[in-house]
Amino acid sequence: MISFWTLFAKETLRFWKVATQTVGAPVLTSLLYLLVFGHALEGRMQVYDGVPYSAFLVPGLVMMSVLQNAFANSSSSLIQSKITGNIVFILLPPISYLEFFAAYVLASVVRGLVVGAGVLFVTAWFVDLHLAAPAWVLGFAVLGAALLGSLGLVAGICAEKIDQIAAFQNFLILPLTFLSGVFYSIHSLPGFWQRLSHANPFFYMIDGFRYGFLGHSDFPPGASLAVVAASFFVVSLLTLKLLQSGYKLRY
Amino acid sequence: MYGKGSGRLRALAGVSLAVGEGEFFGLLGPNGAGKTTLINIIAGLVRADAGEVRVMGADVIGDYRRARRLLGVVPQELVFDPFFTVRETLRIQSGYYGIRGNDAWIDEVMQHLDLTAKADVNMRALSGGMKRRVLVAQALVHKPPVIVLDEPTAGVDVELRQGLWQFVTRLNRDGHTIVLTTHYLEEAELHCSRIAMLKAGRIVALDSTRNLLASVAGSRTTARVVARDGRQFTLELAGYSQLEEQLAGLRAQGVEIADIELERPDLEQVFLRLTS
Repeated sequence: MISFWTLFAKETLRFWKVATQTVGAPVLTSLLYLLVFGHALEGRMQVYDGVPYSAFLVPGLVMMSVLQNAFANSSSSLIQSKITGNIVFILLPPISYLEFFAAYVLASVVRGLVVGAGVLFVTAWFVDLHLAAPAWVLGFAVLGAALLGSLGLVAGICAEKIDQIAAFQNFLILPLTFLSGVFYSIHSLPGFWQRLSHANPFFYMIDGFRYGFLGHSDFPPGASLAVVAASFFVVSLLTLKLLQSGYKLRY
Repeated sequence: MYGKGSGRLRALAGVSLAVGEGEFFGLLGPNGAGKTTLINIIAGLVRADAGEVRVMGADVIGDYRRARRLLGVVPQELVFDPFFTVRETLRIQSGYYGIRGNDAWIDEVMQHLDLTAKADVNMRALSGGMKRRVLVAQALVHKPPVIVLDEPTAGVDVELRQGLWQFVTRLNRDGHTIVLTTHYLEEAELHCSRIAMLKAGRIVALDSTRNLLASVAGSRTTARVVARDGRQFTLELAGYSQLEEQLAGLRAQGVEIADIELERPDLEQVFLRLTS
């Protein structure tokens, strides 16, 4: 267990030591989204009755930051270690692949939650927010971050260069988060796109997380949580298989 | 016996050897001979296609937790984690091996490697030689009974080399088994009691350093003699016993000897003969 806690602490310290870049920057980005989109669309877009657009937007922005940063943490840490070669420091000791997995994923969850809390903290000054069901908020945030942290591990294991991580991030993670209903309700979409959105696991994370604030959602939150949990289960299994086999880590 | 190869390249084939407990063992060979591959297989960084490796009885795949705890490896590449200081690096490394509160031993290791003054300096700010010392310290945080050093003195200044050998020799005296690869043959000759020479993934020699040297002694020993009048003579000796006889021959010709230089057999000759 000491191995696990040490690796977890090291992974957490790693992003905390450069918090301006790993926490400050994404918080600022989210604040800019709120100021620009909130200002442009406030009053023009009514998603749920009695809910101002900004109050709809903020939970989506928070969850988007949680997910993107959870992914960024594990993927960038692993690829940097592989490229610089200091990955040997964790490959030489008797760390099991389960400990390896748990430490990286948990550190990703911490980074996601810290950034999410930061976004919530700065946006709360501009928007009147209520927590309708905090347990759902926490449940979706933790499970969503774990899913993305695990995906980040897969990306970090498979990639050999930093630009491959960037491609994963720009061509997969970013489109999926943008098209998941962060900025709109999928009910405002034409039928085809609505159905397509239901195939996007990110939709369920954003929608369920938002339910915790507004008490409204496009999809029943329990079913959304089941989708996220199932996705996490599948991705975890894949990650553990990769780690166990030593794929692209132990040649 | 084990090997590692995929398609075109077979890095090791038919390598079979046992290093005894407490030995100071040298692994020599030209670049690309498979020394690092062999060490990486022992360390679990590379998986062999066939065969098995045991560290003090622990299989490096089947019983990897025990095998890795028994092993301390100093990698050849000068790697470091730029986020941490020297002390943080060593504390973290201890934690990976399941050790908490290791500061007393960390301080001792740092002292022996002359790192104490740099304890709170970020790894990024260290010179190459200092980073090498930290790599050695990292391999020792868990007091491993078997220590593997892969080219530990590559690109390292004389002072550190001396200090490093003193420390490693002391560890060996205290009972640690040392496995060393190096390009500096004189280092191997000086420290290793037994040596394996690898060439193209195969063992071409495996014997005590003394026997390896004796194998080239005699046939290759030469004496260079300089006379007072400046003339030079090279005497080929089949053995040291012939020296007296040949010098007497020179004196009989009226040569007054000013200087004699004996070229003793060294590992380089063994190495060249076996690997070229």
